[in-house]
Amino acid sequence: MSVENKVKGIIADQLEVGIDKLTLDTTFEDIDADSLDIVELVMALEEEFDLEISDQEIENIKTVGDIVRYIESKV
Amino acid sequence: MDLKGRTAIITGASRGIGRATAIAIARAGADVVINYSSSEAQAASVKEQIEEFGGSAVIFKADVTDYRQCEAMVKYAIDHFNKIDILINNAGITRDNLLARMKAEEWREVIDTNLTGIYNCCRAILRPLLKQKNGGRIVNIASVAGIYGNSGQTNYAAAKGGVIAFTKSLAKELGSRNITVNAVAPGFIETEMTDTLSGKVKEEVLSRIALGRFGKPEDIADTVLFLASSASAYITGQIIVVDGSLSM
Repeated sequence: MSVENKVKGIIADQLEVGIDKLTLDTTFEDIDADSLDIVELVMALEEEFDLEISDQEIENIKTVGDIVRYIESKV
Repeated sequence: MDLKGRTAIITGASRGIGRATAIAIARAGADVVINYSSSEAQAASVKEQIEEFGGSAVIFKADVTDYRQCEAMVKYAIDHFNKIDILINNAGITRDNLLARMKAEEWREVIDTNLTGIYNCCRAILRPLLKQKNGGRIVNIASVAGIYGNSGQTNYAAAKGGVIAFTKSLAKELGSRNITVNAVAPGFIETEMTDTLSGKVKEEVLSRIALGRFGKPEDIADTVLFLASSASAYITGQIIVVDGSLSM
């Protein structure tokens, strides 16, 4: 499975949104994710991809595409 | 109060309020982790007492001032009981002294155990608690000294005041996940911690307690049990004073 599909799956699962609603340009504002949602999402991503995402990097995450590109650059 | 199927960690559970709380929580049916840092024999005796009435308990040595040990404790609880639901932050110490004579070490030790210890345990439990998506209960043991202050206890009162502000803030952070965070502020409770006070001090304190007696560890345990149970589902960010009127 591509990183993009994996990430979308985790977001859909964590934030309870339809996976078909997620594109690379979807922002977390679009799907009503609050700051704790993002933290929970980051925890799930860290576990799935076995990496650590710093607070600074979390701040730069605005869209689904940001996460996909970040993880692709790490794995 | 029924806590069957829940898992609870009680820090500083070998003696005093922690001991009574561990027993009350276990009696309500929860699986409990009895945390201790130095009193191993006493922790073992709490476990024995719980098992005598058919309760379920394990003991775990961890110094709450060390985050890694707190993390290991949470992992141990989950390995043993498959989940974690309740955290009772009770571990606490006193190093009483007038500020004019208080050493930096006395200040630091009290802040480290009584305040940073709560940060460590809460931080360690949060990831599994959020992941379970099943709510949770955090109960912190504060003190009336943290509300009203107490001569000779600037360190202790500062730490406990910090616990109160921490409790309110974390309650706001976690409310949307159905995790409640509350604190109990005991007054004068008969434990080893208060045993060292002079007869004169005790008499003076007693004269200010409308209920006419010092508190027992069980008085605090019962309030903690309430805050750990579903009976307190709509209460969060609160500080419940249990002091027989001492602070009134």
